[in-house]
Amino acid sequence: MIYLDNSATTKPHEDVLKTFLAVNEQYFANPASIHRAGVESNALLTKAREQLANILHTEEKNILFTSGGTESNNAAIFGLAKSSNFRGKHIITTEIEHPSILEAVKRLEEEGYEIDYLKVNKYGIISLEELKQKLRKDTIIVSIMHVNNEMGAIQPIKEAAQIIHKQCQAMFHVDAIQSFGKLPVLFEGDEGPDVISVSGHKIHGLKGSGLLAFRKKPQLKAFIVGGGQEFGLRSGTVPVPQAAALAKAARLAVENMPVHVQNYKKWSAELHHFFEQFDQEVYILSPKDGAPHILSFSVKGLKGEILINALQKRDIIVSTSSACSSKQTKTSHVVEALNIDSRYKNGVLRLSFGTNNTDEDIAAFKKQFSVVMKELKGEITQ
Amino acid sequence: MKNTIYLDHAATSPVAPEVIEVMARAMAEESGNASSIHTVGRRARKALDEARTSLAQKINAKSSEIIFTSGGTEADNMAIFGTAYARQHEGKHIITTQIEHHAVLHACEKLEKEGFTVTYLPVDRTGRVSADQVKAALREDTILVTIMYGNNEIGTIQPIAEIGEVLKNHITTFHTDAVQAFGLEKIDVEALHIDLLSVSAHKINGPKGIGFLYAKTGVKVSSLLHGGSQEKKRRAGTENVPAVVAFSKAADLVEEELQLRKEKYNNFKNILIEQFRVANIDFHINGHQTDVLAHVFNVTFPGTDVESFLINLDMAGVLVSSGSACTAGSIDPSHVLVAMFGQDAPELRSSIRFSFGLGLTDELVREAGKRTAEIVKRLTS
Repeated sequence: MIYLDNSATTKPHEDVLKTFLAVNEQYFANPASIHRAGVESNALLTKAREQLANILHTEEKNILFTSGGTESNNAAIFGLAKSSNFRGKHIITTEIEHPSILEAVKRLEEEGYEIDYLKVNKYGIISLEELKQKLRKDTIIVSIMHVNNEMGAIQPIKEAAQIIHKQCQAMFHVDAIQSFGKLPVLFEGDEGPDVISVSGHKIHGLKGSGLLAFRKKPQLKAFIVGGGQEFGLRSGTVPVPQAAALAKAARLAVENMPVHVQNYKKWSAELHHFFEQFDQEVYILSPKDGAPHILSFSVKGLKGEILINALQKRDIIVSTSSACSSKQTKTSHVVEALNIDSRYKNGVLRLSFGTNNTDEDIAAFKKQFSVVMKELKGEITQ
Repeated sequence: MKNTIYLDHAATSPVAPEVIEVMARAMAEESGNASSIHTVGRRARKALDEARTSLAQKINAKSSEIIFTSGGTEADNMAIFGTAYARQHEGKHIITTQIEHHAVLHACEKLEKEGFTVTYLPVDRTGRVSADQVKAALREDTILVTIMYGNNEIGTIQPIAEIGEVLKNHITTFHTDAVQAFGLEKIDVEALHIDLLSVSAHKINGPKGIGFLYAKTGVKVSSLLHGGSQEKKRRAGTENVPAVVAFSKAADLVEEELQLRKEKYNNFKNILIEQFRVANIDFHINGHQTDVLAHVFNVTFPGTDVESFLINLDMAGVLVSSGSACTAGSIDPSHVLVAMFGQDAPELRSSIRFSFGLGLTDELVREAGKRTAEIVKRLTS
């Protein structure tokens, strides 16, 4: 079976599993316990936090562990809004964010916050000009995803950061869940976001683990309250095995990034070329300079599910644009925002690469896709 | 250094080897996204569904009534915030007790700041509230009663059945935090008239980072986490299938041996008592005598000071706690003991909690009792 749905979730790396299992066995104590077992497990938690801080170019006290990407995004939106609503209630985000941002701001809208959604062009990119115009004195949060999960568009984060920080006091949050391990870390350099979200299971780490990282001292109201763990900002017994596993996965992702990204770029270029041969039959949604691991395309007049099933019969696993909304039958909000030709709207498929993929996988995909196209659409010259 | 004897299972428990095995296998084989419609996703979904059904059966619930969360704290927060926000147009009064876990208390305090009124019921010297107290506190605008099943620090079990009887004809939602009780007490949400119930895996030899909230069909709870439409749109976030599968396995194991473990832990209490008596040290047991969780044993040793006591116990390899581990690192007086004995009671400075679980034997407990008694003697002489 060839798995090309790594943006939905990835298989944990063997070393990540090893770390998880070893920590579970040797350091199971509650890191908040003051006895020696608790102290040891807390030391390990601190070590994981230090490693992640190093990788992310920030300080240890600026890393908050969460239960995953959705919680990180929710905690950022709700937590930042509640801690700065004395300054204003205006929030800017984009039309193509992940639902964990869009649903959170929608909730805030019901509470009286004002939300502006930046539009994107056909390549999925926001306009910095529009951002400049929308920013106000009372803007408290700007949340823009780094890499779009459905089609891989990369937003101009550094430029956006410059504009935001020059124009107002708003906190700049970036959902870096799809970009971490594939693009340079966002806290590198002088200019960048104030806070980013990262998820473990998208980088061959574990499900149920993620983090929220701040460039400087965290400024947010706790979203989950109780025992006061994570500097009082996220309560609940901290799962040390998951934290250690996340540090491991992040290290592997960043260390091996050059090799993997080179592969992804090669495969992406190869597939761009391949799909172009189908001419009008296939429309490629992903920009050529987009994230290297995501390639979305659409087959004219076909439903995505039909293609998925046809490929699956040939042992190729791909997905419609995202897993989180894959049960919904309506067109994804991202596809809508791209404003593409309606003949291509229903047949969007996403290929997403992971570290386990090989050249052979891509070759097999191409072969089987051609067969499927022939079957579903009749003879097509290529 | 002496071997360590871990007597802090109420803080967290080691993951059972069978559970780890199941989890590792799920991580390798059910690593798909359960929301994906392809075969890899469907395999994960199947494992998730089976685990959900199995866990639901443990408390006599339907599988559609189980909402997986990242743990007990999130489940408690969701129960409280979720009820408050979903029902605030019906009323803004909440009833709880002074001895709840902080995941409940701090959530209630946050709601107070937002305009809700919270009644914190006091407890008697055994740590119990009565159904009559709940009845007396009930108002027309009470939308939530949240009372824990069994206390994490002293083990006292609340009269949940009687409270359920009192509440069954009132509009209020009834939530109970069963994080410590699940796996040691047989809980039937139907019979007890419970609407919401929180459970955590890592207290029953399951993995950390997973728990559930039982929400009875028809009971209104708003989501805490918003995003994708997982958990029937009640809790967003990619389903943590390996952890859920492991949780279900852990629940199977504790259920199989529920009675056996209760007897074993009650016997551990007797062994400790016997050691303290033989050593002729002064002690008294906190919490209710009969309605008490078998694995929690809170004892006051008059004349000891908890800080130096804990350090000495730690050096002797006896790993216990002064109450809850969740009060992150601090040895502030326990709010539970304050509620039971008053602000200046000597118990606040000289009580510790032993809690039992996997891997303990009569011999280890006897040895821990012996070492504890020696230290008490030294510290009080």
